[in-house]
Amino acid sequence: MSATLDAWPFVIAAYAVAVIATLGLLGFSLAALRRAEARADALDGQGKGGRG
Amino acid sequence: MHRFANPARFVRLARPLTAWFGWIGIVLVAIALVGGLVLTPPDYLQGDTVRIMYIHIPVAWLGMAGWGGIAAASFAQLVWRHPLAHVAARACAVPGAVYAAICLITGSIWGRPTWGTWWEWDGRLTSMLILFFLYLAYIALAQAAGREEGGQRIAAIFGLVGSINLPIIHFSVLWWRTLHQGESIGLTSSTIDNRILWPIPISVVGFSLIFLSVVLMRMRTLLADAKVEARLRRMASA
Repeated sequence: MSATLDAWPFVIAAYAVAVIATLGLLGFSLAALRRAEARADALDGQGKGGRG
Repeated sequence: MHRFANPARFVRLARPLTAWFGWIGIVLVAIALVGGLVLTPPDYLQGDTVRIMYIHIPVAWLGMAGWGGIAAASFAQLVWRHPLAHVAARACAVPGAVYAAICLITGSIWGRPTWGTWWEWDGRLTSMLILFFLYLAYIALAQAAGREEGGQRIAAIFGLVGSINLPIIHFSVLWWRTLHQGESIGLTSSTIDNRILWPIPISVVGFSLIFLSVVLMRMRTLLADAKVEARLRRMASA
């Protein structure tokens, strides 16, 4: 290892990249799921309302 | 496997599993990262930079496992015409690409203090970069295919052909001896001391559960979108 470099900024940067990207992936996937299921439910409601 | 061919049955099963996988995964990753940052000793040679390993190993595994999922689902699509196979393959692509990208970035961050360079056209690094580009190509291809069966078959064939890169990534450290270290963790043995090793399996299981949770969420999203599209088509033709 290069003796002139402090390891901690590199360690923190690597952890930050992984944690932020993972939380972002979870958040975006959950938001997309909620939107898609809300659209499907709304259309279901419309269909049932139309038949009733 | 065909028991879950019915999307409604699959969604009923996937709904509780999504939450369980997600929460257990988050807890395990938190334990592993605290262990990796605070509880494990520095390496005698690499010092504190070795702590990047607790992130880098699980994301590298998931970058490859994501394409393994695409290949397995593509095989099920082409051979058994399983109705959820294309959805499963598409759902693996984005999280797989994200983890391949995190693997490249964290590897680069680890490389600077360890090797003195951010990037080297080493066999392992280059084959992983190729995997990332394969993901981008697959995402574009599957998106363009939409609901057309012909397009979906082309995406599945691409998924299978692309899996040739997986053994190349795995064996690259044996075939081309350059900067990247050789294999230090096998299925049954490891060259790493136990005091440093213990957070790795926890981190691998935790990140894998989060990955599965994301894949289930994306499968449910694609199925809900398909349901909306089919309903709108029926309403338009009525």
